[in-house]
Amino acid sequence: MQFDLEIKYPSEPLKCWAKGKELRDKYYQDYASAHDSGGIRWSGGAAGLESVMAGFGRDVYPLTGEPYGASIAFDRPFAAKCQAAAEEAGYPRDVCAYMRNYWGSKLLNSFAFGGAFPEPDLYWQFHSCCSHGKWYQEAARIEGKGRPVFVTDCAIGPYFKFNEKTGNYYAAPNENGIRYVVNQLHSHIEKIEKYLGRPYQDELLFEAADNQFANMTIWPEIFMLNKAIPAPLDQKSMFSLYVLGALNKASADFRAFYNELKDEVQDRVNRGIAAVPTERARVMDDIQPPWGFLKIFRHLENYGCVCIGSYYSASLMFAWDITEDGMLVPKKTPKQRGIEIKDRDTCLWHLADFLLSNLWFNNMQDNGLKAWGMKKMYEQWHCDGIMIHYNRGCEGLSMGVAEQRLYLAEHGIPVMSFEGNMGDAREFDEAETIKRIDTFMETLGLK
Amino acid sequence: MITVGVDVGAKKVKVVVLKDNQIVAKGSGLMEMDREKSIRDAFEDTLKTNGFKEKEIDYILATGAGAKSAVFAAKDTTLVTSIARGVHAIDPSIITIIDIGANDAMAIKCDGTGKVVDFAVNEKCAAGAGSFVEAMARAMEVSLEDFVTASLQSTKSIPINAQCVIFAESEVVSLIHEETARNDICRAVHDAMAGRISSMARRVRVEAPVTVTGGVAYNEGMLDSLKKELGMDFVRMENPEYIAAYGAALLAVDTLQKA
Repeated sequence: MQFDLEIKYPSEPLKCWAKGKELRDKYYQDYASAHDSGGIRWSGGAAGLESVMAGFGRDVYPLTGEPYGASIAFDRPFAAKCQAAAEEAGYPRDVCAYMRNYWGSKLLNSFAFGGAFPEPDLYWQFHSCCSHGKWYQEAARIEGKGRPVFVTDCAIGPYFKFNEKTGNYYAAPNENGIRYVVNQLHSHIEKIEKYLGRPYQDELLFEAADNQFANMTIWPEIFMLNKAIPAPLDQKSMFSLYVLGALNKASADFRAFYNELKDEVQDRVNRGIAAVPTERARVMDDIQPPWGFLKIFRHLENYGCVCIGSYYSASLMFAWDITEDGMLVPKKTPKQRGIEIKDRDTCLWHLADFLLSNLWFNNMQDNGLKAWGMKKMYEQWHCDGIMIHYNRGCEGLSMGVAEQRLYLAEHGIPVMSFEGNMGDAREFDEAETIKRIDTFMETLGLK
Repeated sequence: MITVGVDVGAKKVKVVVLKDNQIVAKGSGLMEMDREKSIRDAFEDTLKTNGFKEKEIDYILATGAGAKSAVFAAKDTTLVTSIARGVHAIDPSIITIIDIGANDAMAIKCDGTGKVVDFAVNEKCAAGAGSFVEAMARAMEVSLEDFVTASLQSTKSIPINAQCVIFAESEVVSLIHEETARNDICRAVHDAMAGRISSMARRVRVEAPVTVTGGVAYNEGMLDSLKKELGMDFVRMENPEYIAAYGAALLAVDTLQKA
């Protein structure tokens, strides 16, 4: 401890922590071993619809690229090897760090979770980020085996619009845009049926979609519980928990885990159990952290400061909505809205609607939403300041970050920025960032 | 009550001694390879030169990039806090502070009560800090003093586009080969640096009154370029490189008064 801080609240480890880790490990093992029992492996972006692929059987296993790239980033020596391999192959240092980690892992034929890289049978990317549209095209090229790459274009314009009168954003779904995405999904299903030689099963789609809607909303419900003082969860722990939604939103196991986690977090709130027992201040952050240096979030605790999460960990793969009075709330699932799904088109429609309403998808269309959303989070989660990561490793989520910082500062919100890279340790200066955090804590009066 | 503020910069150690809130001594020393020894030497020389003994001192607070190496200090604090405290004590009306040291450049926004409300610091690169000018003076084979004088005599603005001190040096060499007037090259260096510092300062929305602190505040050529770039004049401070050490010494007083 940097200071002699008063222990204000009881604290205890999360009971379901180990289970979350097990599920994550099992996910990668299941993917790697899928071919042993004749199953299907596929890979694509985490901001996608795993439930659609689930219609091809119970033995279909995804590998989502971003969390895989982040897992590599966490292992700095392996990440350095992957980046060197990617750069040797001619990929420049300024493209997405996750992409370089993934490609490097492929080029080295080394899977971060052991053994050779388990090549997928096909790729399916939902294209919202400009650079990620090329991710799997290159992955397939590196393999050189002519595996198909399906790309669903999701650039339909903003889902949320700004109301000048109220000063808030509101949901304004573009029905033609949603239909455009749904039509692509129908077309992809037909093509993949032919490629795999497997019939598509709508019942499996409905079941997986039900899980996907639930997983996309239970985590936001858990996140809402972190408004409590003391905060029952802290950012560093949340990074290990939110990620399940980035691995496979259609998983029944993950849904069961999130329900269990929600009950436990609610219990922690009821009993006043704190993530940081000395909590006297709260901050939030914005986007991906430098994964190899998560200790910066622990450093905050030296000041009795808890990071309650981020716009990123709250919403990356999840579904939020905005109330009439401009509050962020978990989006209601079709079931919660009394909608019964009985046919493929309706199911795909609601899945597309969920995906396109994702707050991060919208950052690519209107980055003013993120600035507004962070201000709302700051207010709703009772924060004292915001940490902004000028993440050189991600073009998409960093879009507009400097303007967002100014917007927050102009609204009287204490903001600190630090420069780094989510996946490339060479671009993060740990000592300087720690110094900057120290300065920020002092400006918040935490001495 | 005697307190000491020690500002451990990348190039120099600055020491300020306060007695009953008044500056009674100040001194400095160069930072050499043995950091702890450099800091202690500067500290002891300042005390000795001004007739103080270490045992007379009630509290020592360190600040700056190498504050942790001031092992004899009771505590350390950040540069932003120290500079803001020092400036506020001298002129409470100051809203924006631009501090330019050898290694770091920063912009600090205060709220009129001395409280820091926003700050921005250069990232990883010294192209907007004092070392940049020194490197360019070396490339031009002139003393820093002559470099500043030449810059102020220039009437022509030439862009230097490189972000990096190494590439900028190449650009300077190219300008020399093109037989560009020395005065204009010197000014170009200051203009380039002022551009970088201004863009960083604008992140906190520069508002008058503004002051410039740190060792580079002695560089009139740099101040001239910065003034043109920001379109505003600055409140001048005496001994601008000692402001952080002074602020640290004042914070030491605050600590003792709270105890």
